[in-house]
Amino acid sequence: MASGIIGASLPRLDAMAKVTGKAKYTGDYFLADMLVGKILRSPYAHARVINIETSEAEALPGVEAVLTHENVPGNIYATAGHPHSLDPERGDVADKTILTSKARFVGDEIAAVVAVDEITAARALKLIKVEYEMLEALLSTEAALREGAPLVHDERGSNIAGSAGYHVGDIDSVMQQADFIFSDEFETGIVQHCALENHVSYAYIDEDERIVIVSSTQIPHIARRIVGQALGLPWGRIRIIKPYVGGGFGGKQDVCLEPLNAAMTMAVGGRPVKLELTREEYMIGTRTRHSVKLKLKTAVSNEGKLLAIQVDAVSNTGAYASHGHSVMLAGGSKFKYLYNFDAIRYMPRTVYTNLPVAGAMRAYGSPQIAFALESHLDNIAVKLDIDPVELRLKNFNRVGYKDPNTGNQILSCGVRECVERGKELIDWDKKRQSFKEKNERGSHKKRGLGMACFSYGTGTYPAGLEVAGARIILNQDGSVQLQIGATEIGQGSDTVFAQMAAETMGIPMGMVNVVSTQDTDISPFDTGSYASRQTYITGMAIRKAAGEVKNKILEFARRISDLPADCLEIADANIILKDSGSIIMPVAAVALQSYYDRQNSEPITADISNNARVNAISFGTTFVEVEVDIKTGQIEIIEIFNVHDSGKIINRQLAEGQVHGAVSMALGYALSEELLFDNKTGKPLNNNLLDYKLPTILDTPVIGLDFIETFEPTGPYGNKALGEPPTISPAPAIRNAVFDATGVAINRIPIRPQLAFEKFKAAGLLEGGDQVVPD
Amino acid sequence: MIKKINFTVNGKKRELEINAGETLLEIIRKRLHLTGTKEGCGVGECGACTVLIDGTAINSCLYLGVWADGREIVTVEGLAKDGELSKVQKAFISEGAVQCGFCTPGFVITASALQSRGHSLTDIEVKEELAGHFCRCTGYQNIIKAVKKSLENETAGTGGDHT
Ligand code: FES
Ligand code: FES
Repeated sequence: MASGIIGASLPRLDAMAKVTGKAKYTGDYFLADMLVGKILRSPYAHARVINIETSEAEALPGVEAVLTHENVPGNIYATAGHPHSLDPERGDVADKTILTSKARFVGDEIAAVVAVDEITAARALKLIKVEYEMLEALLSTEAALREGAPLVHDERGSNIAGSAGYHVGDIDSVMQQADFIFSDEFETGIVQHCALENHVSYAYIDEDERIVIVSSTQIPHIARRIVGQALGLPWGRIRIIKPYVGGGFGGKQDVCLEPLNAAMTMAVGGRPVKLELTREEYMIGTRTRHSVKLKLKTAVSNEGKLLAIQVDAVSNTGAYASHGHSVMLAGGSKFKYLYNFDAIRYMPRTVYTNLPVAGAMRAYGSPQIAFALESHLDNIAVKLDIDPVELRLKNFNRVGYKDPNTGNQILSCGVRECVERGKELIDWDKKRQSFKEKNERGSHKKRGLGMACFSYGTGTYPAGLEVAGARIILNQDGSVQLQIGATEIGQGSDTVFAQMAAETMGIPMGMVNVVSTQDTDISPFDTGSYASRQTYITGMAIRKAAGEVKNKILEFARRISDLPADCLEIADANIILKDSGSIIMPVAAVALQSYYDRQNSEPITADISNNARVNAISFGTTFVEVEVDIKTGQIEIIEIFNVHDSGKIINRQLAEGQVHGAVSMALGYALSEELLFDNKTGKPLNNNLLDYKLPTILDTPVIGLDFIETFEPTGPYGNKALGEPPTISPAPAIRNAVFDATGVAINRIPIRPQLAFEKFKAAGLLEGGDQVVPD
Repeated sequence: MIKKINFTVNGKKRELEINAGETLLEIIRKRLHLTGTKEGCGVGECGACTVLIDGTAINSCLYLGVWADGREIVTVEGLAKDGELSKVQKAFISEGAVQCGFCTPGFVITASALQSRGHSLTDIEVKEELAGHFCRCTGYQNIIKAVKKSLENETAGTGGDHT
């Protein structure tokens, strides 16, 4: 079985289609007489709709339909891309209607038009007259939590969307007996996924009266169910198709367009309607990453042993719950695996405000928690005069650690090796010393080193259901079709799936045809691309299906060769004798006979589901060197290294690509990106790619990386999460490097030059600042 | 206002009647259905819509269709010759410069323009040339590698392989 396919840097299956422009994304499909849908968005952050007058818009030639809350289904549904919960108590918060009679943020969906073209649709929007009754705009969690504040959702009775937390041990007594207690406060900004492809879908009703929606989604099977719920239709009447997707990062793990798009086609008798957001709409009208304010209080012993931690977190989920409190619960439950605390009290609150809706985004709550925790640890290290690396090494968990709340266990752990490797890559000990000496000489440019660590889960078990399907069909020529419900959104899952099937079946990768488009009518059930789950959960489904097909091939070969199946093996697409390696027949010969042999014909397929009740823990670290210009607040990344224990790496080149992209996203998170709003009106100020400050190629340093390859026993090929984790630790590592360089603890991200400058000034670093000492 | 334009797209002569306000991007995608060219912003911020206009890489979302009259346009679909990928396309595949692929056609087009100049560039020059393109997936790391690779062995005056 050791064919060398697992672990190799094989090119992506879809690279050819993508470099030639043949790969078709949702927006690339044009149906005959396709209509255009557009959304009328609220100009106010919080206002009740008193009246909507649509007759002028309806009268405009070329307008086919005008939709408002009065003529679309009014079912209240949850949009989060999670599996349906059989227990209604545990489901996602349902607080959304297709169109609303109350605007809850600037950009909320008040009405929509369907017209023959974009210009007509845009004109029609202007003809819709909406009368609003203004309400107080709640633009911060403090405002929303204030006694007597108006409610964002009247039906919910409170502006708190969720407040469940957890605790471990007896924190009060541990705190009382500790040598030291340290406290810090942190805050993270609102950022946006900014996939290059804006959210887009189109919908029509087919000849069997079924609603077909083609969508740029990470979660086709979930979207089907939610559209059914929103429209009040049987789920089987909905069909979702997912073609190529131009990046998701969690933003498309939510149902943003599909229910309204379905309502649009229903309003025009089933004619096809395309609903394509502009960049400006995408950045406020879909999802964002929660901004979180955190208070940390930690008990530590004289020796630097972390004893107990209390985390009080307030998360701003914006106008609708979306993934809401799940993000806080997930983020707060994953750091347990990293450090061994005797006691933990985790007290998160997720709060509604009149800002755009926060949802899932790469690493789902962990970047916020890790920014606070890892920055806090460096503050503690300085106070205790311990090297930050040493502090962490003293406190890491090991294989065998059991989550006290869930019983889930660490079965592979390379975090120590990751840290050792990171130290070596950046030359930690030597540089720490030399920078200290240099910085003390007083140049306005200071160098510093920082690091941070993380632990992260693979999939959502035990919080969520984990199920994934894989179907393999042996073709007449010995190749196979591999169908999965898991979605390729750019991360490379189709390619690693093909590697897995090829490895297990003993055939070359070129003989595996992955059906890349998901279609809920055809594709096996899988909940989709999120939680870094697919190579792990779906990977196991593929391993099982491929194993079954292989066994059937060998069994068929036995029947037609009279050799016992257990002495046969498959290698290089041939049936061979296990012992001698001599070739009995090609797999293709078996395949052909399996279709057409008059006595034995029974085409070979496997169709399995993997219900996983395991969760593997990934680990890793970032080491970074920065140069800080005290006079300008500029922070330059000199070197950055991410080192990961993601178990066995299935495809080195693709794995490196995941780290590159995630680190780049984290650089923006740490230093430049933030969605800004007018603090009186809640109007977005920078919802475009020019002003938002996504890292450009010129902003991005060389991103160094390495992998410590442990073998995860629950992973199908020893693998565990990789897609999200690399975005967790860079921001705190950078912040810690700035702290190291300047002695100034900046507890908010993004650390834009202005913020850094103000902090340096407040710390007195600019005084007598004109002395320039050569570096 | 309807205008008639004559232009060449990927080597083929075209005659179209267009609205004076239509962008070249709209014409390429919606009239010619050459959907390899992408729209990421529509206002010149992202580079996804880049095409070659008389050999120069330009954001087609900022370029009016009427201006294309008499010009030669190359889109990503026009780079491979007789089924053979261009050097730039091959380098994007081998260096792992593609993830979701939505930014890829734009980068490949700009890289092709660089390559047709026929000389190699330093890292910083490559970055400056590509600075009009956003990519959210790759952190640009392998894109830089791919572009450098496609400029390897280029010396002044040899010309590109996509012309
Ligand atoms: S679509 Fe033209 S630059 Fe973004
Ligand atoms: S590959 Fe996805 S935006 Fe560049």
